[in-house]
Amino acid sequence: MLNTTWSVIAIVLIVASILGCWWLLHWTKGISDRDDEDDIHDSGHVWDHDIRELNNPLPRWWLNLFNITIIFAIVYLALYPGLGNLPGVLGWTQENRYEEELAAAEAATAGVYARYADMELEQLIRDPDAMATGRRLFGQNCAMCHGSDARGGTGFPNLVDEHWQWGEGYDAVLTAITGGRQAAMPPWAQALGEEGVPQVVEYVRSLSGLEHDAALAADGQGKYAMFCVACHGPEGKGNPLLGAPNLADNDWLYGSDREVIVQGLQEGRYGQMPAFEDQLSEERRKLLAAYVLGMGEAAAILEGRQ
Amino acid sequence: MTYNDRVVRQFTVATVLWGIVGMLVGVLIAAQLWIPALNFDIPWLTYSRLRPLHTNAVIFAFGGCALFATSLYVVQRTCHVRLISDKLAAFVFWGWQLVIVSAAVTLPLGITQSKEYAELEWPIDILIAVVWVAYAVLFLGTIAKRRVSHIYVANWFYAAFIITIALLHIVNNLSIPVSLWKSYPIYTGAVDGMVQWWYGHNAVGFFLTAGFLGMMYYYVPKQAERPVYSYRLSIVHFWALISIYMWAGPHHLQYTSLPDWLQSLGMVFSLILLAPSWGGMINGLMTLSGAWHKLRTDPILKFMIVALSFYGMSTFEGPMMSIKTVNALSHYTDWTIGHVHSGALGWVAMMTIGSLYCMIPRLVGKKEMHSVSAIDLHFWISTIGVVLYIASMWIAGVMQGLMWRAFNEDGTLTYTFIETIAATKPYYAIRLLGGILFTAGMFVMAWNCWRTMAGAKPVEVEAAPPANWDTPAEGAQA
Repeated sequence: MLNTTWSVIAIVLIVASILGCWWLLHWTKGISDRDDEDDIHDSGHVWDHDIRELNNPLPRWWLNLFNITIIFAIVYLALYPGLGNLPGVLGWTQENRYEEELAAAEAATAGVYARYADMELEQLIRDPDAMATGRRLFGQNCAMCHGSDARGGTGFPNLVDEHWQWGEGYDAVLTAITGGRQAAMPPWAQALGEEGVPQVVEYVRSLSGLEHDAALAADGQGKYAMFCVACHGPEGKGNPLLGAPNLADNDWLYGSDREVIVQGLQEGRYGQMPAFEDQLSEERRKLLAAYVLGMGEAAAILEGRQ
Repeated sequence: MTYNDRVVRQFTVATVLWGIVGMLVGVLIAAQLWIPALNFDIPWLTYSRLRPLHTNAVIFAFGGCALFATSLYVVQRTCHVRLISDKLAAFVFWGWQLVIVSAAVTLPLGITQSKEYAELEWPIDILIAVVWVAYAVLFLGTIAKRRVSHIYVANWFYAAFIITIALLHIVNNLSIPVSLWKSYPIYTGAVDGMVQWWYGHNAVGFFLTAGFLGMMYYYVPKQAERPVYSYRLSIVHFWALISIYMWAGPHHLQYTSLPDWLQSLGMVFSLILLAPSWGGMINGLMTLSGAWHKLRTDPILKFMIVALSFYGMSTFEGPMMSIKTVNALSHYTDWTIGHVHSGALGWVAMMTIGSLYCMIPRLVGKKEMHSVSAIDLHFWISTIGVVLYIASMWIAGVMQGLMWRAFNEDGTLTYTFIETIAATKPYYAIRLLGGILFTAGMFVMAWNCWRTMAGAKPVEVEAAPPANWDTPAEGAQA
């Protein structure tokens, strides 16, 4: 919102610009009417040996076009916001417009979602319409991080394997979608020191049977027990309540290369998933959870067959 | 007294060279949109760095050199006087070339302010400001020393362009440097957006419109050998154009966090701008009336008339796209890219090409270009190129807009973003073809210029005699 002084200045400038155009047309039209026919002929001014000017009157259709746009401008600025802080007769704002369109869309789609309100997970997974909508919701809300095939990426969990960072099952997935997830691994660079980091790296790699330096790993075990065990557990199996990943399997959220683990240890990790509670209705969130689980189930079955 | 045509020749050659460079970069990034792997995973070949290089090169190197060349030619011819200083003219030429080379180095390195058409970092911005002020002194000083009583209309437009670009450039680039190659604008949020698009739109309005109208007002009557159609029309559309353009910038920010009232003004003033814009087109086209038969034989006039037609078309399209309802569909789509290129290729480049073909022989004392049929070839290649370019981008843009807003029964979007890109792919190929054709035409032009200018002795043209039309005894004739 402008303060009153600026609003008045803006209004004056806007009105002056529009009326200035009108005056300009009126003024030149005056010249045109006043002048006699000869006036359209050569003014007698000659630049650069051969450049001359005629003085034909302004084309009528062009004048009309100009006047129509000026009239349109005046009417539009009376109806819509435009003259400084004056709101316009219609009281239109883009926020109102957005709310109206959103409400209309909600009303138009309410019937589609009402059907799913009381359906259980198993029913939703077997309902082709529900899964089709679920897939589209996934494509528009989840795919940018988890990928359109839901296989995730660096830092973004794969949703079609058997690993569940925050616990498996309908409730856990629905909770994640509704409230989001905030993982927080603190940085350990200071606590571990320059020597400690590579030791813990080797120990962590040993947990899942990756190639490692046994001597360093042995030194790292004690430090792991001191700093890491609280979240990742004595056997490195992680803790889904905290979103602490299992370090003993071969599923690596950020990668298993030494540099990657070093970076994680030194700087910490802060995986974030946004909450969708305010963006998606409860039915939509249910459909998404069902789609994520149904998709994972189907993938697991396929992998089992191979 | 003779004219200083040395600086004009220098800028003319630079125009052709930078035109080829800028358009080749455009061809490469158009190819990358079709086949993304064409950046070869080399950072300085990526789209994000080459796109600003393309826009800067074609607008400020190609278009800029064309404006320098023609304005310095026109101001001498129509003021019947030599430029006020040969040294200042040389400084403007070499200074501007330094700006261009700096841009060509820093932009691929990723050094940028991230403001569209104002990407160059603060040291280059300062250099631009210095060169520009020197240019203003050179041009306006020559007008002040003129030996004719009336300032010719082309010079009004050139002068408006020069003064306004100085203002726009300085205000939009006010920033606080934090190191040699990094600065932050003094504006924040929506204010920054508004200042940026006040600049961006007026760069179009004054650099690419007023400046090239100045060009039109000299070279069209010169080539057609016909008088300008209407003096009073030029007065009306000049004053209306330069005052109304200033308001139209917010139409780049429809349906954003910019306050509603500014969005409305952007739309309303863009619509008022239609008639003043068309005033220039009418004056140009009607100047050719009475010389229509020359279009059969003169490919230079063909360039000019097609340029004026594209000018009329894109200045109609622009106001239409500023209407909020239309903008909701067109914004962020390739329609905008098509619109820009119908102005940039159809109007700016074609008017430049026509004017240079008119001027170059005169700079070397020849009657016409080495090959008139090569001009004709150039005309047809570039016309087909522009048509392919803008038609494919229109279709692609409208299609994207419609796909983005398509909803399913359940309220979800019908298409994912990647599906809209896949649908656009064939049009990117057509656009690439259009761009290749237009660039190929520039090579034809370069060859023709080479054959015309190489070995030709620079001529010293005697300045036209003084003329004072206010005293009837001298020169006045009815």
